[in-house]
Amino acid sequence: MKKYFSTIIICLVLAVFFVAVQLGINSGFISGYWVTNLYLVGINIILAASLNLINGFTGEFSLGHAGFMAVGAYSSAIITANLGLPFPLAVIVGMLAAAITGLLVGLPTLRLRGDYLAIATLGFGEIVRVVLMNIDYVGGASGLMGIPAMVNWPLIFFSVVLSLLLIRNFICSSHGRACLSVRENDLAAQMMGVNITYYKVLAFVIGASLAGLAGVLYAHYYTVLQPREFSFMLTFDVLVMVMVGGLGSLTGSVVGAVLITIASAFLQAIPELRMVIYAALLILSAVFRPQGLLGEKEVSLKILQKLGGVLNGTVGSKQAH
Amino acid sequence: MPDLLQQLLNGLSQGSIYALIAVGYTMIYGIIQLINFAHGDVIMVGAYVALGCALMGLGLIPSLAIAMLTCAILGVIIERVAYRRVRPVSRLAALTSAIGVSLFLEYTMMYFLGADIRTFPAGFFPERTYSLLGVTINNKDLLVLGTTLVLVIILQYIIYRTRTGKAMRAVSFDGQAAQLMGVNVNSTVAITFFIGSAMAAAAGLLYGIYFNTVQPLMGLMPGLKAFIAAVLGGIGSVPGAMLGGILLGMTESLVAGFGGSMYRDAVAFIILILVLLIRPTGLLGKGVQEKV
Repeated sequence: MKKYFSTIIICLVLAVFFVAVQLGINSGFISGYWVTNLYLVGINIILAASLNLINGFTGEFSLGHAGFMAVGAYSSAIITANLGLPFPLAVIVGMLAAAITGLLVGLPTLRLRGDYLAIATLGFGEIVRVVLMNIDYVGGASGLMGIPAMVNWPLIFFSVVLSLLLIRNFICSSHGRACLSVRENDLAAQMMGVNITYYKVLAFVIGASLAGLAGVLYAHYYTVLQPREFSFMLTFDVLVMVMVGGLGSLTGSVVGAVLITIASAFLQAIPELRMVIYAALLILSAVFRPQGLLGEKEVSLKILQKLGGVLNGTVGSKQAH
Repeated sequence: MPDLLQQLLNGLSQGSIYALIAVGYTMIYGIIQLINFAHGDVIMVGAYVALGCALMGLGLIPSLAIAMLTCAILGVIIERVAYRRVRPVSRLAALTSAIGVSLFLEYTMMYFLGADIRTFPAGFFPERTYSLLGVTINNKDLLVLGTTLVLVIILQYIIYRTRTGKAMRAVSFDGQAAQLMGVNVNSTVAITFFIGSAMAAAAGLLYGIYFNTVQPLMGLMPGLKAFIAAVLGGIGSVPGAMLGGILLGMTESLVAGFGGSMYRDAVAFIILILVLLIRPTGLLGKGVQEKV
């Protein structure tokens, strides 16, 4: 029983949060503007956590998240808007399409060192955008319209929780440990018999498919998709979230996504200054805290730790060192 | 046939600009193994400085000189502030910092000068065109080719005939050994940034004149493509960067000329992925065995 204590507490807290927000939305206590931002926070948490899986936990450097998100968004939108098929199928197709794209991009590039991957994935993101602009079937540069609005609070909530759970369980599994070993020292990992390319690609594909999921949610919330939305700036925002939260900290990604999304909402009126601030933030955190603000630490319930004696959600290489 | 020649000539001019940028990338990568993401934005700053000089009524050569000097100093500052502390800690942190610098330069420029596209004043570089074998040659082409040629010859002289160049080659070959031999690694790295950024400024001026646009995000695409050119030629190799730049410029111009001008941006990245797949060391690069 002791073992499950903190898990139960976390579930209770989440359930209360879920119900409270749902009631808030229903009663109109949370205004439409903040509902939008709430959903955006959810989408950004998925994006940041999945990028952290690639950049933070596996030690690669992907800049293609906007591209994977676009693949997920557009392929799911084709299913619902163009073909009129049901939404659950769109979720599956969106995630699968992003995963397959991730596999295709990852296989050749992940054999190389991190910084080549950065350029190759950045290039991939740009190609996706250029290609989408030139396909009339998905609306070209003017965008794809008429996507059914499917996103509501339960969907966002459970997508976020399931994504985080998936990543956390992955990292805590032997596969995840292998990914961490690749990050710490790929040569040593290889010596110990870890198939480093396999684990890099695995983490990359999981990250890509979750970015695809974020794209599906994005498409079915805004109901309009335009290729220019998926520019490098989107990836940059996610990168800032990951850096602010901490490379290799899952709860850090959540904190980063929440902080940056809310900050963006406030800085909306001055987009240039917002980018200047974020860029300065990125430089400062890279120079003074290369591991990000939280580093590899996870936000855990310290009091529970004393009570239950179980540190739930401690991931990272503390034990691995 | 004249069409093909025309495309090749356009490609050559554009490729020379890529080459000038790629040289800076490859020098910096060669010496500290860092992709200087901000390199493309140094181009943009160079173009703006040159534009400012032009608006104040200075001629082409003084504008070029002032832009090169300003950007050279900017490059040294970037290295000192954003890279020096991070470099030994983690490559990925350095790369993150570089991305930050890139966006910082772009949006600071946009904040202060606005996102409008500016152009060089009409009298700054009077255009003339010549016709030869059915090919139209603009004096812009000649300017770009001439400037690139002169700068590259100066660069080759610095790298292979001076003490500084010797130090640069030594540090890029083996930084630690060079330090043990009494080479001041930090100042050598700073000099590399100085020279590389000056080249980028020249490329910025040429780019601004050639395409007649100066705007805050102008450096992004040529920066990325020049990096691809550097990889294509073999990163770390100066002649390779030249070759890669010109090859890339020509390929792009052929693709744009015969069919998909919309796809010209995609071509470069496809080339990158192909190079990484088939020959990761590039055309002129040397294979490096991973040391244990």
